[in-house]
Amino acid sequence: MGSFEGGGLPPDDIVVSALRAGDEAMFAALLDTWSRGMLRVARSYVSTDHSAEEVVQDTWLAVIDGIDAFEARSSVKTWVFRILVNTAKKRGVRESRTLPWSAFEQDGGPFRGSAQGGPAEFAAPWPTPEGEALAAEVRVLIAEALGRLPPRQRVVISLRDVEGCTSDEVCEILEISAANQRVLLHRARTAVRGWLADYYESVKQPE
Amino acid sequence: MKRFIPETRAVNVVKRFTCDELAELLTAYLEDALDQPSRDGMQAHLSCCEGCGRYFEQFRATINVLGDQPQEKLPAPVRDRLMSAFRERHRHHS
Repeated sequence: MGSFEGGGLPPDDIVVSALRAGDEAMFAALLDTWSRGMLRVARSYVSTDHSAEEVVQDTWLAVIDGIDAFEARSSVKTWVFRILVNTAKKRGVRESRTLPWSAFEQDGGPFRGSAQGGPAEFAAPWPTPEGEALAAEVRVLIAEALGRLPPRQRVVISLRDVEGCTSDEVCEILEISAANQRVLLHRARTAVRGWLADYYESVKQPE
Repeated sequence: MKRFIPETRAVNVVKRFTCDELAELLTAYLEDALDQPSRDGMQAHLSCCEGCGRYFEQFRATINVLGDQPQEKLPAPVRDRLMSAFRERHRHHS
């Protein structure tokens, strides 16, 4: 019964045998490590916080049921997140906020270039967010920005940049190619950078 | 559109990029997904072009800010429910 805080989770074979043996500390560690990212991902598919919580709850129940049959063809994390994505998609369909994956192909449209402020306009320097107040405002802005992104971009940037998944993990969870993953991530980052730039411009102290 | 034109033309096998092309390749650059000539071209451009240098910094700052989102936990009742579901299941199986 150890604490995994800071040290990360142990290797998958240890995680799996602990779960099968009913090790509550291990289950709690997974819950506390991954649920945050799972909530974020779920929100890309469903319309309310409440639905997102239910999706995460149903996912964990499926994990509890499925752990004995887990065959280690992927990592535990990828397996859990794939269950999550499938659960969230089904739920999204029922809510008819559905965004069938294929319907967002326009996320992959042409690069918006200077519409979001490219380098050609000589990006102004940003203030260092030293003040807590500014940092807090920026966090709120980021949360809103994620909500404004097209769903596929939102899922990818949430997994990669917010949760720190690797690109291999994201490709496996979403079943997309590395190139596709990179395009979605790049569009999302470019859009968020543009909104941040607008924000910094708006709070700039007049000289 | 501003074009980056290197002072010397002596350098070969270094790709040259416009500012807009560079902006579009930043994620690939950060992911180490470019071939060597493109990589060298990006570096050459970035070291000379002030606007792109700053844009690149902002791009990286954006990634850092994204990673600094507040911790968010499952609501306690949901977490409790899942912990008891886990306990229950093990009781039935052991």
